[in-house]
Amino acid sequence: MNKTINQKAWYFVIPVFVLVAFNAAIPLMTVVNYSFQETFGNNVFAWEGTRWFKQILLSERFHASLGRQFAFTFIILLIQIPLGIAIALTMPKKGWGVPVCLILMSMPLLIPWNVVGAMWNIFALPDIGFLGYSLNAMGFDYNFTQQPGDAWFTTILMDVWHWTSLVVLLSYAGLNSIQPAYYQAAEIDGASRWATFRYIELPKMKKVLTLAILLRFMDSFMIYTEPFVLTGGGPGNTTAFLSIDLVKMALGQFDLGPAAAMSLIYFFIVLLVCWVFYNLMMKNEAQS
Amino acid sequence: MKKYKWLVPTLYIIFLMLPIYWLINMSFKTTTEIINTYSLWPQKFTTENYVKIFTDSTWYMGYINSITYTVFNTVISVAAALPAAYAFSRYKFVGDKHLFFWLLTNRMAPPAVFALPFFQFYSSVNLFDTHIAVALSHCLFNIPLAVWILEGFMSAVPKELDETAYVDGYSFGRFFFKIFLPTIAAGIGITMFFCFMFSWVELLLAKTLTATAAKPIAATMTRTASTSGYELGLLAAAGTLTIIPGAIVIYFVKNYIAKGFAMGRV
Repeated sequence: MNKTINQKAWYFVIPVFVLVAFNAAIPLMTVVNYSFQETFGNNVFAWEGTRWFKQILLSERFHASLGRQFAFTFIILLIQIPLGIAIALTMPKKGWGVPVCLILMSMPLLIPWNVVGAMWNIFALPDIGFLGYSLNAMGFDYNFTQQPGDAWFTTILMDVWHWTSLVVLLSYAGLNSIQPAYYQAAEIDGASRWATFRYIELPKMKKVLTLAILLRFMDSFMIYTEPFVLTGGGPGNTTAFLSIDLVKMALGQFDLGPAAAMSLIYFFIVLLVCWVFYNLMMKNEAQS
Repeated sequence: MKKYKWLVPTLYIIFLMLPIYWLINMSFKTTTEIINTYSLWPQKFTTENYVKIFTDSTWYMGYINSITYTVFNTVISVAAALPAAYAFSRYKFVGDKHLFFWLLTNRMAPPAVFALPFFQFYSSVNLFDTHIAVALSHCLFNIPLAVWILEGFMSAVPKELDETAYVDGYSFGRFFFKIFLPTIAAGIGITMFFCFMFSWVELLLAKTLTATAAKPIAATMTRTASTSGYELGLLAAAGTLTIIPGAIVIYFVKNYIAKGFAMGRV
């Protein structure tokens, strides 16, 4: 759409600008302040320069939680994106199945995150949970509170349970926007199922899939409540992702300086990846 | 191959429903039964967990608190986002692209980063432990989201609509409320759905900014772990009840969900 140049449009944006600035800029400045200073309580501060940044960037603890975070995000993207596409492709396109699928599949998205954690906790308990009990009955030695491997398995399964529907709904919407004429043309050409997917469906879903990856990257990178309730970051530190580690440092140990420096590094990483995605997305939008 | 296509969504839905069923199953058991026996359905069916929640004010107030700040937040977010989204969809102005991306960066900010400064900030302006504090803090991610979704819907409305209305002698205000808003009613509904959803499920900020007076239900639930051992039955019943508002909201917007996602902006 060709837009008119109108500087008065700023008046329309002011409420949003004020509300978000009030919430984002002031707290962010507090974080920036802390990150360069040492505090002794009672609002006494001493300038520390870049010491906290160096300390965090060189600390093994940060490297470990960052590594765990990337591994987690990578694994869940690798599972959720293909699985979400597969489910969207097989979902009914009309009839009573559509609302049933949509309602039931959206359910996990609307459950408070700590309830998701609590629900999976009692679902996976080895003695009284359905998942834990069944796995043990099948002969697996499963206990997510003690074995790191099991804790990872449970956290990933929980995230797949919680968020795959988002990918499904996005892909389904993308598929629905394809005109029937494309499929007819493919049929006349005698295209195989794979060729139809590869050359018609996948390109048409490109936009929503970019968005799905962006959203899943962002949200899984910030994940806090669900693993915190499920495993508490344990056993040991094996499932302590970035946010969990950060909150531990800031509110648990009250190491405000290092925690603030870590926050900024953390935010910067998310921002960098999202900026790349955002540009890709806008390029897609400009093409279509 | 085509005959068995229905299997994939069916199996997926079963996988989704299993943990939910387990939660509901537990909520109808007594705590002793939960701890001592493993059973696929309640042996001694009881509703005492639910009775306790509906009669104990520390429990049911949690629901009222959560719903209160969620509704506040939805109203504030959509009301503020409407004019802004209109500006982004219709006009070019200095810094519009940067502002749009800056808004989105707030959707990307990890809440854990903001938890401590939010606590200090809202305490210093005397809003700590109020519904409005939680509602305002959730604006951080809901306003960018609302602007983004609404801008998508508004851009799909041809500009000729605006121009015709002005030619017909409508003032801007009358055009906006009488013609434009009804045209994008579905978009507003979807935006409200997503604002409600993200405010309802968020806990980290809601918990950090409240103590007793505005404590969300999800935070009340963590109490069962500390006071009298693990009251799993009560926890399960409270969890089951948190699913209901979401389920009701989904039911109302079910026909619009797919369309909302089709805009590619969630």
